[in-house]
Amino acid sequence: MSSLSIRNLFKRFGAVEVLKGIDLEARTGEFVTLVGPSGCGKSTLLAMIAGLETVTSGEILIADRLVNAVPPKDRDIAMVFQSYALYPTMTVKDNITFGMESRRVPKAEQVAALARVASLLQIEPLLKRKPAQLSGGQRQRVAMGRALVRDPALFLFDEPLSNLDAKLRVEMRTEIKKLHARVGKTTIYVTHDQVEAMTLASRIAVMHKGEVQQFAEPRQVYDRPANMFVAGFMGSPAMNFIPAEITGLGVTFPGADGSPATLPLSSAAPSGTANGKVVLGIRPEHITRHRPERGASRAGIATITAPVEVIEPTGAETMGLVRLAGKEIAARFDPDDAPHVGETVTLAIDMNKACLFDPQTERLLTRAA
Amino acid sequence: MADQQAGYDPFATSGTWVRTRAKLGIYALLSLFAAYYLLPLFVVILNSFRDLPEIAANGLIAWPRSFNPKGWYAAWDTYCVGGTCAGVKGNFYNSLRMTIPATLLSTAIGALNGYILSKWRFPGSGFVFGAITLGVFMPGQIALLPWAYILGQIGLTNSTYGLILVHTVQGLSFTTLFCRNFYVNIPDDLIKAARIDGAGFWRIFRKIILPLSPPILIVTVIWQFTGIWNEFLYGVVFTSGREQPITSALVALSTNGTNVRQYDVMSAAVLIAALPPLLIYFFGGRYFVRGLTQGAIK
Repeated sequence: MSSLSIRNLFKRFGAVEVLKGIDLEARTGEFVTLVGPSGCGKSTLLAMIAGLETVTSGEILIADRLVNAVPPKDRDIAMVFQSYALYPTMTVKDNITFGMESRRVPKAEQVAALARVASLLQIEPLLKRKPAQLSGGQRQRVAMGRALVRDPALFLFDEPLSNLDAKLRVEMRTEIKKLHARVGKTTIYVTHDQVEAMTLASRIAVMHKGEVQQFAEPRQVYDRPANMFVAGFMGSPAMNFIPAEITGLGVTFPGADGSPATLPLSSAAPSGTANGKVVLGIRPEHITRHRPERGASRAGIATITAPVEVIEPTGAETMGLVRLAGKEIAARFDPDDAPHVGETVTLAIDMNKACLFDPQTERLLTRAA
Repeated sequence: MADQQAGYDPFATSGTWVRTRAKLGIYALLSLFAAYYLLPLFVVILNSFRDLPEIAANGLIAWPRSFNPKGWYAAWDTYCVGGTCAGVKGNFYNSLRMTIPATLLSTAIGALNGYILSKWRFPGSGFVFGAITLGVFMPGQIALLPWAYILGQIGLTNSTYGLILVHTVQGLSFTTLFCRNFYVNIPDDLIKAARIDGAGFWRIFRKIILPLSPPILIVTVIWQFTGIWNEFLYGVVFTSGREQPITSALVALSTNGTNVRQYDVMSAAVLIAALPPLLIYFFGGRYFVRGLTQGAIK
């Protein structure tokens, strides 16, 4: 049983095609994040699930019921907005019970539901206040309370944390995760923040230009991105891309001094590339200083030398930009072992984690078995 | 306005002498303008309390040498306008009976129009809004003949109800414009959230839009009340005698050519007619400015 199925969904605004054949499914209890850059259509998709935008073509099913033409109030959903959308003239209590009031839920039931949610979110002391008297984090809680007070088939979150400051955002993120673990409701969560998507989701749908680029578990999306867009979007700093060529020895590209450098592949070269040209994708955390004395080098670790151009200490780690294959390549160093600017370091590259992409289609090349 | 906080003072960092000189200059100039605008009111107030012979002897603009409130009694109760000698009190009530319903009706409909045109847009709603606001620029006299025809057809000539209808409809352009521009700043997310919460068109209007509306409703009520009260063209054209609103009665009073000009009575009548809008301004003026300058959500 699935709480949400979307089949071949299209949305056009006049001549502009915003969604181009979306297929998506959320199993009951699942936490699905829709992530992508602004303008990718993720918020439109959410609005269509909520019934706030019409469907151009395709199908939306909530709890196995076709809801294309069902008004929002009858879709059995609850939504948390980026702006919180708390009713400014009502108290917190009235905000939370407004929906039940609209649906003529008996008073006793309302009181019980309000008490349950208020204790769940620890907002009992706020119930008599107006939204203007609340801090950002408190408003966020109330907005979630308003959604939680009903018992819907589907929770929709539209970038709920992007109006909070960085520290609070991390706290609320954890809170949402705990809440989902406790309540166990199917949730569709829109965000442009790939960290939020990674930390919260049971599955991530990465969207770009009105299409789902990849719909998979976070680990899969991160380790085996379906294409160069997903690879570049998920992870910060972004994955390094090096144009290279498949040779008998591995992948070859122009090294630091201009002479060809070759990295051995940890598995057999993929097939299907025209004239052997590929794009090598390596995440910054898989490039670091080579320390041969620290344990035996594991299989699949390749070494290469490159000059360091920029060093950016962040505290927990030190990011460095090195010049390789004529490009600035991000690498991650231990802060106690970071190189200096201008130094030429020997880098260890974990080729087990490397991805190869087709330079034409930008798709991930599958490893040969 | 008085309720605004002390703002930026461009002379704050200047020397004491420069500052004093600049302030003196500003206050002198502004006082001069204020006096210039208030002088007619001042003269009329004085004349309403003077003896008529004294006015005749000393001229219309002169320091009063007598005090006599009988002009006020005459204007209110006994003065003859158009053959009836009952003062302007009947016309004053006519004006109230016309202005209050027309103000409330046009404001209510304008709020509803604004709500629909900002939050429930439909294909062509932009055009409809444009057409309605075009009425803001339409001079009232253009509508005289069509209204005369309509009032004649529905049997509401020479009736306060006819004037209520005319002023309600004529006022919709402004009330719709005010309300729509105010409601457009209320976030759409509130409406979306309410729709998901199961609220419909009317419930959203009553529970979410109206509670946010006092600032703009005060503006439209003040605007409509003073506008309708002060309007006299429709009153003159569509009503006569005892049915006229007070502004139209003033016209009749001042063209009463057979008698000697009763300047004391006329001054008092003018002030009686001007009193309600003045009171509205004194008590509501600052809400008017506040409502126009402040957004829907602080």
